[in-house]
Amino acid sequence: MRGNIYLYILVMAGVTYLIRLIPLIFMRKEIRNVYLKSFLYYVPYVTLAVMTFPAILSATANLWSALAGFGTALILAYRGGSLFKVSIIACLAVYIFELMVWG
Amino acid sequence: MSNKIIPWKNGIKDGIPIALGYFAVSFTFGIVAKKAGLTPFQAVFMSGANLTSAGQFGALALIGTSATYLEMALTQLVINLRYCLMSCSLSQKLEVGTGWPHRFLVAFGVTDEIFGVSVCKEGKLNPFYNYGLMSVSISGWMLGTFCGVVSGEILPARIISALSVALYGMFIAVIIPPAKGNKLLTGIIISSMLLSLLFAQLPILSQISQGFKIIILTVAIAGIAALLFPVKEAAHEG
Repeated sequence: MRGNIYLYILVMAGVTYLIRLIPLIFMRKEIRNVYLKSFLYYVPYVTLAVMTFPAILSATANLWSALAGFGTALILAYRGGSLFKVSIIACLAVYIFELMVWG
Repeated sequence: MSNKIIPWKNGIKDGIPIALGYFAVSFTFGIVAKKAGLTPFQAVFMSGANLTSAGQFGALALIGTSATYLEMALTQLVINLRYCLMSCSLSQKLEVGTGWPHRFLVAFGVTDEIFGVSVCKEGKLNPFYNYGLMSVSISGWMLGTFCGVVSGEILPARIISALSVALYGMFIAVIIPPAKGNKLLTGIIISSMLLSLLFAQLPILSQISQGFKIIILTVAIAGIAALLFPVKEAAHEG
């Protein structure tokens, strides 16, 4: 190992923090432009949907248990379950499904 | 007082699923970090200072090849550029008068998960809600790293498998309720998922890293949606 591990960590932490900080520091006014405003309104929905699917299908040991978790989360979320509830029950669904099918 | 304590407590509650998901991911990170030659302190320090799974795994690979500091900086920039987009979105959720210290602290906790949960809260965002989310999820992230380095053994496969859906379950719980009865949001979510699937399957597109895929699809889909369906003032608050 040639470099100093702590310097590596500080470099990466510095870059990552600046990426997160700069918009929060410079965008302090409310944006009036309807297009930009709408764009930023849609950002989280697109980002989270893209991150969830299809990645969730390969997150567990098996496609079928992943589908069990995915389906459970969709149904509970549609019924308005809290973050905690949806998330934990989806985990349990995967666990129980894998236990039942593979013992 | 209660406009600090209550949002903080709510943040803690909503942060528990994040912490569980983080534990599973950072446990694996801890194992890899140990193999890369990091001490427990170094691994936990890296987790606490960075809070970025892809970035940290990438860093381990670079450290293993004795990369230069510039390479490290550029790699982190590329892997983590999506946080910039998230911070832009989050900047509009804070009250205009939110002071510097709050902006500096909130910025530290902009991860996929903390962003996703906080940006979809109704109304303006109270920084203390973010601090609640951050206090449990960062603890989970660091604790998982520590356990991974120290034990060096994989958690039972079944537990990892189950915990791995925690973060996705949370994302679903964030985006589905507002989309209920809203054809536009439903359409946007379904198109995003389908295009994401397409990107994962098509030969050349599947070579694009996850971080850039998120940026490309977000800019394209949210950009087109904003053009076709500009949001009216009232809808923005909801």
